[in-house]
This record gives sequence, structure tokens and C-alpha cells, in this order.
Amino acid sequence: MATILAVDDSASMRQMVTFTLKGAGYDVQEACDGSEALKIAKTKKFDLVLSDVNMPVMDGIELVTELRQLGEYKFVPILMLTTESAGDKKMAGKKAGATGWIVKPFNPDQLLNTIKKVLG
Amino acid sequence: MSIDLSQFHQVFFEESFEGLDIMESSLLALDLAEVDAETINTIFRAAHSIKGGAGTFGFMQISGFTHVLETLLDQIRSGERDIEQVHVDMFLECVDCLRGLMGDLQAGTEPDMTQADDLKAKFEAILSGNPEAGSAENTAENSSAEEVSAGVQKSDSASLSGSDEDGWKIEFIPCEDVLCTGNEPYRMFRELQDLAEAEGNGSIEVIPHLDELPEFSKMHPEMCYLSWTIIVRSGIELSDIEEIFEWVVDDCEITYKRLADCDLSVLENHHRQEGSSENIEAETVISNVVESEAVESAVVESADDDNSVNDSDALESAESNKLPENAPETHAAAVNEKIEKALEKVAPKAAPSAAKKPAENTSIRVSIDKIDGLINMVGELVITQSMLGQLGQEFDVSRIQRLQEGLQQLEQNTRELQESVMKIRMLPISFAFSRFPRLVRDLSKQLDKEVDLVMLGENTELDKTVMEKIGDPLVHLVRNSLDHGLEGVKERTDNGKTSAGTITLNAYHHGGNIVIEVQDDGAGLNKDRIRSKAVEKGLIAEDEHLTDGQIYDLIFQPGFSTADVVSDVSGRGVGMDVVRRNIAELNGSIDVSSTPGKGSIFSIRLPLTLAILDGQLVKVGDEVYIFPLVSIVESIQLEKSMLNNITGSQFVMQLRDDYVPIVCLQDIFNIDAEKKDLEGAMLVVVEGDNEKIGIVVDELLGQQQVVIKSLEQNYQKVDSISGATILGDGTVALIVDISGLNNHSSDKNSDEQTQAA
Repeated sequence: MATILAVDDSASMRQMVTFTLKGAGYDVQEACDGSEALKIAKTKKFDLVLSDVNMPVMDGIELVTELRQLGEYKFVPILMLTTESAGDKKMAGKKAGATGWIVKPFNPDQLLNTIKKVLG
Repeated sequence: MSIDLSQFHQVFFEESFEGLDIMESSLLALDLAEVDAETINTIFRAAHSIKGGAGTFGFMQISGFTHVLETLLDQIRSGERDIEQVHVDMFLECVDCLRGLMGDLQAGTEPDMTQADDLKAKFEAILSGNPEAGSAENTAENSSAEEVSAGVQKSDSASLSGSDEDGWKIEFIPCEDVLCTGNEPYRMFRELQDLAEAEGNGSIEVIPHLDELPEFSKMHPEMCYLSWTIIVRSGIELSDIEEIFEWVVDDCEITYKRLADCDLSVLENHHRQEGSSENIEAETVISNVVESEAVESAVVESADDDNSVNDSDALESAESNKLPENAPETHAAAVNEKIEKALEKVAPKAAPSAAKKPAENTSIRVSIDKIDGLINMVGELVITQSMLGQLGQEFDVSRIQRLQEGLQQLEQNTRELQESVMKIRMLPISFAFSRFPRLVRDLSKQLDKEVDLVMLGENTELDKTVMEKIGDPLVHLVRNSLDHGLEGVKERTDNGKTSAGTITLNAYHHGGNIVIEVQDDGAGLNKDRIRSKAVEKGLIAEDEHLTDGQIYDLIFQPGFSTADVVSDVSGRGVGMDVVRRNIAELNGSIDVSSTPGKGSIFSIRLPLTLAILDGQLVKVGDEVYIFPLVSIVESIQLEKSMLNNITGSQFVMQLRDDYVPIVCLQDIFNIDAEKKDLEGAMLVVVEGDNEKIGIVVDELLGQQQVVIKSLEQNYQKVDSISGATILGDGTVALIVDISGLNNHSSDKNSDEQTQAA
């Protein structure tokens, strides 16, 4: 089953995302900020990265930029979790190389539908 | 499928409360003259996370309220607006308000939104009051609207109706680096097909355009040179199609036209090409001076990473006008089944917890270091155990030395293990101190005093339960120091002091205790006023001679207050006695020392943990009792000259200036033992609730740390006993509750007095 790296500084969001995706059979690993995610991503290749934007230490935009510079992550779908009010963040994310975004607040079904579409 | 989101609520509340604490401390740390961008960012992030989580977990009241807060913060963050004191004050109000709302939600009650609505209105006023701000929000909305319209370029004819054929023609020219953002055109086609097929007889046709394909030598394997025309034959809404291309609309050219308004020649051409064998396709390619095989291999190469877009797939499927059988659907069904099964398992657990009012289950964060230490310790214990086990199997007398060594090791392991388990419950006192910057800020404003708060020893660790219970007494002390201790600005400057007073909170370990000091550099306690007040209240006689310490101690008497004006902040006359009682309940003590004109220091002394007690073992008859070491004043041998008999049966002893009642444990606990003569008996003088009593015991045994077991939980509440412990030899010893004993002895006295009368 596809592997997913879920990055969010909020423990409740991480739990919700992980529970939802694991329930759907995906193999999920968590990271609580960009730099931790980057470290994990370097040790193992994931099929999809799902990242929050606003995080301490290293935010989601920086994470995408860094990931896209790694050979293995050039084409991997990276989805950002953003709020609808952050239009400029969406753009910044796209510019950095994010594949798309999921708008918060989302429910588990919406999350799962999007992931399914991207991973096929 | 649906997932019960309530299982994540507890974590959400915890992290939100944490976020609020961070917001609060960051707001307090904010220096308006020189605003630190990272601090603003931290505050924004906390608010943002709370809003996001609240929205996701269905707390719309919270997310709606946090939204306005976030909007203002965002404007400040982006430099659109300067932060002002009034903003900080409002943010702080929001923190309080959110705390309240979350508390209500956590307790399962409907939150009262009055305050939140007021605040929200205030924020909206600020936001709309500034025309720049208003337009900023509008532009945000507009720009997203523009994004859509610019990207979509809806043809005018879209509004025309009356087409014979329902559907859309989509021209999709992706930007060259679309693949480098992980967006596979193939995925979008697949989604389109799913969408079309969901509408019944819908179908899609994908026609690739190879015109832009460069010479092979100029081809970059990661670039996408293809563009597509997609014919969607289905009654689906444009908005649904737009949603599929939502992620790429900004950097790709996409146009949508109703099929009815289109010239479908492309399609016919395409069909013709298809019909007339592959040669035509080859021709197109050859026109680029590349053999078709080479193109294929190039495309394949560009897609050789299996996660990249499989262009050749897209090409092939487009040619065949047919997408692969819909695997995801069957797959989704399987997944659904799995989730349903998983939910079935979860459901019975979730249901009862939802049925009864959710009890607040508190959790504790422990650093990995502590856990590692613990695991390490357990590892050693296991080694020791296996060594002893082996020794036991083949034991003979010659190995007695090894047995002793093993047992020693076991003892050490046990002790270390105990210590590290205790450490898990230990938290830095900064948890209890963290509320004070805010408290001091608000109070000093209210009282119009200038106050600097200094906190020292914030990393001093303390048991979590003790920490929770010491919070309120500390607040009381700090309020008291601020209100009564520190003088107003004018009075200070008149006395040659700095205009700002200082309150210092200090915590440090001392022996097996933690000492917390609340110090102020105010006027100090006024001895004369305390004294006259005490006389007025009848606490002491007018001519009673008291040492300074005894006078200061009077402020801990019930009903004592010297405040001339009962203020909002403190001075209601309930307080210091309650503080002392709370601290005594934690087996701690509080003292005050004061220097006129220089200030006062309140020192609280607390055991590090409630689970372990430093005890003095005493013997009465055949029974062993334990006195808490902190409450023992001294142990003496009674001499006849000290003894007095006041009410017939009640003996008192003169100890320096004090008269101390004497009690025999064997009377109180009805122990069958030979009653000894008081003269020459061993007496332990203990102090509880500010009263001293002398307790006659047979013998003083050793002092040791004992683990406290609750008698109430294991048996029932017993007067004058606070708990029990198990001694080294396996027998149970009871721990004497000194304050309880005190009350008991005074009750008994008054009983006897009434009988005598």
C-alpha cells in the first residue's frame, strides 16, 4: 500500500490524519515540523507527502522547496493543508513546487477522497 | 464512511490550551516599541492552529471566533498594520475567552458565547475601521475569484443554452514544468472520466497534441511538451471540472467551451488519424526529424521514474480513447469494508464514553530522556532478577555471598527505579509560574502600580499534583504582595525607592523539600497595625508580649485582615488562613519574614511529592506509628517540673513560653498497653494547624522515607490517621494526621469541660 508522510505541528490533526489514512490502508508516518519531515524523507521514499503550512522550525513552504531539490522527490505529489483565508500561501506553496492543497477545515472523507484521487 | 472525530477532541483541547498559553506568554513578552516578527508569528501560528483544529473537529463557535483574531494577526504579521496596545489587550481577552469556551466544550457543556460575540464585534470594528484592512480582505476574495475567471476564461457562449449535446470541450495546455509539482495530467483525465461516468452515460475523449515536442536532442526529460484537448460528453457542471484542474489552473492554460458551441473538427481529424493507421502519427513526429520509436523511448525515459507522470500511458490511453478499467472503485470498496470493520471495533468503546459526561482525563508530557532512563533501569532490574533466579535454582550455602550481592543490587535497582518513576511526575515549576506575568500585568494596571516581576528557579521540579494544588495559594500570595506589600508610585519615590516595585518568585530545592518564595520590596508588614488589629479581633490580649515572628504569624489567623479598604484584588479577610491550610494539606508549611521599609518574604516549604513522606517511626505498646517529620518540633523527656494539670484529666506542659497540651496515643487509638507514668515519658512535640501538642510515645524508632498508601481507598477514612505504609518487615504502620489529632484533642477537652460543668 502507498506510503504517506503526514506533517503537522498539531498533534490532534496528525492523529486525525493518521487514523483516517491508516484506516484506509495507507502506510502513514508522522512528523511534527518541516525539518523532522525532511530528515525522515531522506531515509525513506514516500509516495505522497501531506504537509501543514504554518509550522515552527521549518514551515511547509520551505519543506516543499527542500523536498523538490531531492532527486527522489522531484515528482512525488506533495499536498499542503491550508486554510481558505490563506490565498497567498497557496500560491507560495505552488511556487515552491507543491502539487495541490486541501483546504482546512476538512473532514476525513474529503481528505481520503483527495488522497485517493492523487494516488489512484 | 465516517470517522468519530470525538476521539481526537481531548488531544485537540490539550494542544489548544497549550497554544493559548504560548499566545499569552508571547503577548506579554511583546515589546511594542520593537516588535519581534518571530513573536508575532508564534502568536499567529497558535491562533491559526486552534482555528484549523476547531474547524476540523466541528467546534464552529471557536473557529468562527478565532477567524477574526487571525485576520487581525495576519495583517500585523504582513506589516499592513502596526500592533497597538489596544490590540494586545484584546488578544489577551481573547485568550481568556477562548480558555473559557474550550473549558466548557471540554466539560461537555454548551459554551456561553456572549463575551466571544462582544469581542468578535470589537475585532470586526477594528478590521472594518481601517479602509486598508477592509480592502485587503476584499482583495483576497477578489483575487481568488480572479484566479478562477482568469484561468478558466469561460467562453461567452457558456451562458448560451440550447445545445444538442451536453458536455464540454477542454483545451489543456500545461506549463512545461507541471510534472515537477507532482501534478500528473493523467490523474486529471482519470478524475474527469470518473466524474463523467458517474453521470450515467458520460464518456471522455483525450486528444494529445504533439506539436510542441522539440527535437530529441533538445528534449528535457522532466518537461511536459504535450497539450491536450479533452472532450467530455456528460451533463456535469463546469464547477466540478474546474475543481479537478484547481491545482494547476494558475500555471496552465485551460479553456472550457460547451460542446454545442464548438467546432469539433479536431476530433474528426483525430479520428481520421486514428483510422488511417499509425503512419500519420509517425508523420507528425517525423516532421520533427525524429523517428517515432525515439520519441517513444524519450517519453518513456522522461517517465522512467515510476512516480512521474506516465506520459506514454497518457498517450496510449488517449489514442485508444479508452481509459483503463476503473480499478480504484473496486479498491475503494475494499477499503470501505476495512474501515467499517475498524469502526465496528471502535464504536463500542466510543459509545459509552460519549454517553456519560466525559471525565477530564489529564495527561502528562514526559521528556524522552526520562523514559529512556526508566527503560534502562527496568533493563537492569531484569538482569538482576535473572541472576537471582539462576542463583535460586542451584543454591547452596557457599553462594551466600553472591546472594547478598545480588540482593544489594536489587535494592539499588529498586531505589533507582523508584526515583525515576517519581521523576516522571515531576514538572518544572514554570508550569505554576507561567500564569503570573499576566496576573501581575493586569493587577498592576488595575491598581495603578508599577511592578517588575522576576522569576527565578523556574526549572526546579515538583510533583504534578503538588504543583496543581499550590497554584491557588501562590496566586493569593502574589496578589497580596501586589496589593498590600508594594506601595504606590508616589509613596515609593517619596521614600527614595525606584518607582517600579519588584516581586520576585523564587523556587529551589532544599533537602527533600522544595521552597517557593514570594518576595516583594514594598513597605514590609506593619507590626503595630497587625497587633492592634489582632487585639481588636480578640485574637490576642492587649498586653500580650509577642515576638516579631509571632506577630507576623497572626496574619495567618482565620478572619484576619488589615486592609483598610476592601479592594477588588484582595483584602476580603479570607485568604492567608486558607493559604496556610491548603499548604498544610500538602504536608507543607509557610512562613513570613519582613523588614520594615524593605519588604516581605513569604516562604512555602513543600515536600517534593505526595507519594513519599519523610517519617519518624514511634512505638506505642506493640504498635508502630509514623509522624511526618516536617511537623515534629522537638522530642523531649518529660520532667515533673514541666507538668501542669489544668482541667483535672488534661495535662499540659510548659515549654518555654508556651503551654502545650499532652495527649497519649494509647488513649486516642484505644491501645491495650500498660499506662505509664507521665513523668520521665518520651514526648514528641508536634505542630499542626499552628497548634502544638505533645504526644506521649513509648519509644522513638528510626526515621525513614515511607510510601504513602491511602487508607480511604483501601479501607475507610479513619479520624486522626492520614494514611498507612508498609514497613520493611511487611507490617503495616499508620501515619498520624497531626492536624486531625489536634482537633480530636481539643474536641475531647471541650467535651470534658462541658461534662465537668
